[in-house]
Amino acid sequence: WMAAEREPPPLGDGKSTDFEELEDGDDLFTSTVSTLESSPSSPEPASLPAEDISANSNGPKPTEVVLDDDREDLFAEATEEVSLDSPEREPILSSEPSPAVTPVTPTTLIAPRIESKSMSAPVIFDRSREEIEEEANGDIFDIEIGVSDPEKVGDGMNAYMAYRVTTKTSLSMFSKSEFSVKRRFSDFLGLHSKLASKYLHIGYIVPPAPEKSIVGMTKVKVGKEDSSSTEFVEKRRAALERYLQRTVKHPTLLQDPDLRQFLESSELPRAVNTQALSGAGILRMVNKAADAVNKMTIKMNESDAWFEEKQQQFENLDQQLRKLHASVEALVCHRKELSANTAAFAKSAAMLGNSEDHTALSRALSQLAEVEEKIDQLHQEQAFADFYMFSELLSDYIRLIAAVKGVFDHRMKCWQKWEDAQITLLKKREAEAKIMIANKPDKIQQAKNEIREWEAKVQQGERDFEQISKTIRKEVGRFEKERVKDFKTVIIKYLESLVQTQQQLIKYWEAFLPEAKAIA
Amino acid sequence: MEVHPEAGKEGKVEKPSCALVELQGDSSLQVEISDAVSERDKVKFTVQTKSCLPHFAQTEFSVVRQHEEFIWLHDAYVENEEYAGLIIPPAPPRPDFEASREKLQKLGEGDSSVTREEFAKMKQELEAEYLAIFKKTVAMHEVFLQRLAAHPTLRRDHNFFVFLEYGQDLSVRGKNRKELLGGFLRNIVKSADEALITGMSGLKEVDDFFEHERTFLLEYHTRIRDACLRADRVMRSHKCLADDYIPISAALSSLGTQEVNQLRTSFLKLAELFERLRKLEGRVASDEDLKLSDMLRYYMRDSQAAKDLLYRRLRALADYENANKALDKARTRNREVRPAESHQQLCCQRFERLSDSAKQELMDFKSRRVSSFRKNLIELAELELKHAKASTLILRNTLVALKGEP
Repeated sequence: WMAAEREPPPLGDGKSTDFEELEDGDDLFTSTVSTLESSPSSPEPASLPAEDISANSNGPKPTEVVLDDDREDLFAEATEEVSLDSPEREPILSSEPSPAVTPVTPTTLIAPRIESKSMSAPVIFDRSREEIEEEANGDIFDIEIGVSDPEKVGDGMNAYMAYRVTTKTSLSMFSKSEFSVKRRFSDFLGLHSKLASKYLHIGYIVPPAPEKSIVGMTKVKVGKEDSSSTEFVEKRRAALERYLQRTVKHPTLLQDPDLRQFLESSELPRAVNTQALSGAGILRMVNKAADAVNKMTIKMNESDAWFEEKQQQFENLDQQLRKLHASVEALVCHRKELSANTAAFAKSAAMLGNSEDHTALSRALSQLAEVEEKIDQLHQEQAFADFYMFSELLSDYIRLIAAVKGVFDHRMKCWQKWEDAQITLLKKREAEAKIMIANKPDKIQQAKNEIREWEAKVQQGERDFEQISKTIRKEVGRFEKERVKDFKTVIIKYLESLVQTQQQLIKYWEAFLPEAKAIA
Repeated sequence: MEVHPEAGKEGKVEKPSCALVELQGDSSLQVEISDAVSERDKVKFTVQTKSCLPHFAQTEFSVVRQHEEFIWLHDAYVENEEYAGLIIPPAPPRPDFEASREKLQKLGEGDSSVTREEFAKMKQELEAEYLAIFKKTVAMHEVFLQRLAAHPTLRRDHNFFVFLEYGQDLSVRGKNRKELLGGFLRNIVKSADEALITGMSGLKEVDDFFEHERTFLLEYHTRIRDACLRADRVMRSHKCLADDYIPISAALSSLGTQEVNQLRTSFLKLAELFERLRKLEGRVASDEDLKLSDMLRYYMRDSQAAKDLLYRRLRALADYENANKALDKARTRNREVRPAESHQQLCCQRFERLSDSAKQELMDFKSRRVSSFRKNLIELAELELKHAKASTLILRNTLVALKGEP
């Protein structure tokens, strides 16, 4: 792997220095989040976004925020846990004054249905009022994201594509109900990296960002205005849209200030070192962590069969989805070939019609050529649907499942940490016992301090492990619900596209039949 | 892993409804291929004749013939001066199972990632393909004979009778070398013909009808050849698409059986849907093959046979012109005028005879072509409609089932 590997942020390394740096002069509520290590979600499943928002926006200056009872606990945790070291993390400074945080009350969440215009790729996430009201756990998300208008900025190898990100929402956590910003691909990667670093290791399934593509982007940069580069841009645009839609659907992530800033701020500092930040990079990191975990041969005493079962299920699902995806890719490819071959045949049928000296037959052959030309268009459109609906859904889920596997692995690491703490505590107690026997009073106090320290760590480790287990259960439940809905919606849309194609075929051939019969 | 459509197993071979040529045969001579057996590297056709013509010893009889014997018969007609003014029905192409055999073999060698079900389906598909090729080669050989039997002049040929009646094999297999040599010579002659027909030799065409036919056939033949090749590609793409549905259906099936939630039924229904779509897509492919590709291919060959007729006539015209020049020369020298005169007479008669019969033949060719295209295009459109409607139905049913679920 060529990408610069980022070490998974180690939990609990007391890098209080980072914490302090951030405290200086940051007046944005959307601080870089070092404090967000702690689990932002409240224990109640029916958590209202209200609490989460305020919690997340706790920067080093708690007084700026409207507090709630839960906040004390979070603070306690915040001081102990430290974040992630992310060497790329730059202070998000902007000349804008920090927007005030408005606590969200449930009443503002009920919103009218927002029409979404479908863009070039099919909009998968149409939300009807019924769907909004059906949100089982009572959360109502009324927010729609569109990614559109790709625009090339700059020239040569420094050029990049800028996309318009439009948000339509009635959630009052946003200052407006409709707004848009311009973002480039690395901004999306930057967003994902931040969210991943904050939430992945505590058990949240963070949707992965779309893949980088050197070949694709280079073509765009050097200005190849051919169909393959437009296709590439469209593919990316659609992928970015799906990525954001999935991210905002996540109740916890929706509250994240980095996400909000991404959607709202007109200026965003450039995310550097995006190689490491790419979705693929994060996944590689996750996978490496997984490998490392396996290599450590963690013999975790799985007291909870649910986790083992689920892991196996996801493993099977992953395999099957990959198989299906490969087959669908072949389908897309062959349908494109069919389209090209049909177009070629149409031309030769037209030529043949021109040569034919029997008038009626000549006309019929020309008509046949026209029919075949239209059919070629149909095949192209169908290939488009094959890809954007079926194939991309599968590849999205293959990458989502990698993220799911990642959180399971984080749980194992968490368990390991707890386990290690217990072992260390035991050692400290043994050491203390030895000191007692050897009767070295000056060392006893230190030993006792260390024991207290490690007792606290063991407790913390247990709490963390329970918390991550709980979070994962909830996340998996939510993920599965989403998955079912997603697949059903897309499958239905896909089948409808197939029906459309057949109906057009019927139309074309019905028009041709009398022409053939007219040959006398 | 070979498929041998055995005579014993199949009984009478079903032929694809061959609307390639509408034949006005009368019942005095009926020829058909009643049976065929495919062996390792050859196909044996059972040619059955029913005739009340006095020439034959019996009213109903059969012989077994192989491809080379058909070629011998075709070449015999081509080389016969008597038939120079006729379009000789194109020879049937050599039976070629190579590609299909290779594919079956590859399948046999196995790909462990394929499930047993998928394997069975793929095998089924390849066997069907093999069978289709087999049926087609039977049809091609049959239509060749039937055209001969329907033609008032060609049906009376002595070699034809021998072909139909002679019980032993015709010992023409050694002709392979001759065939190759013949092919080589034919190519040399052909380029000379091309010069004639493209007007590069300076020969003056006197008849408007033939002038038109010449330009028409030259262009038509090239374009129909193109159309045929491209139709083949379309048909193959459809086939590829149909084959793609096999692993898709299998994967959906696996997904369905693994799921514990509502997606289970969705996936299983989808798997079933794709299996049925596969069959329909396969039928679209084979219908396009028969009604479009095969038809174009046949008329490509038939138009070549028509071109050959034009070559022969032009050669006769060239001979006639040369004879005229020779006669003029003889007259100026006043030497050997008589033989020059009779030679010129012969050439003239031959040329006129050829022109007359060629005209009739070319008009027959046109009507044959038009009626065949008409029939096949109508059938093609009707079949496409049938398949599209069937697809729509199963798609709609699946949609209703999926939407109806909680």
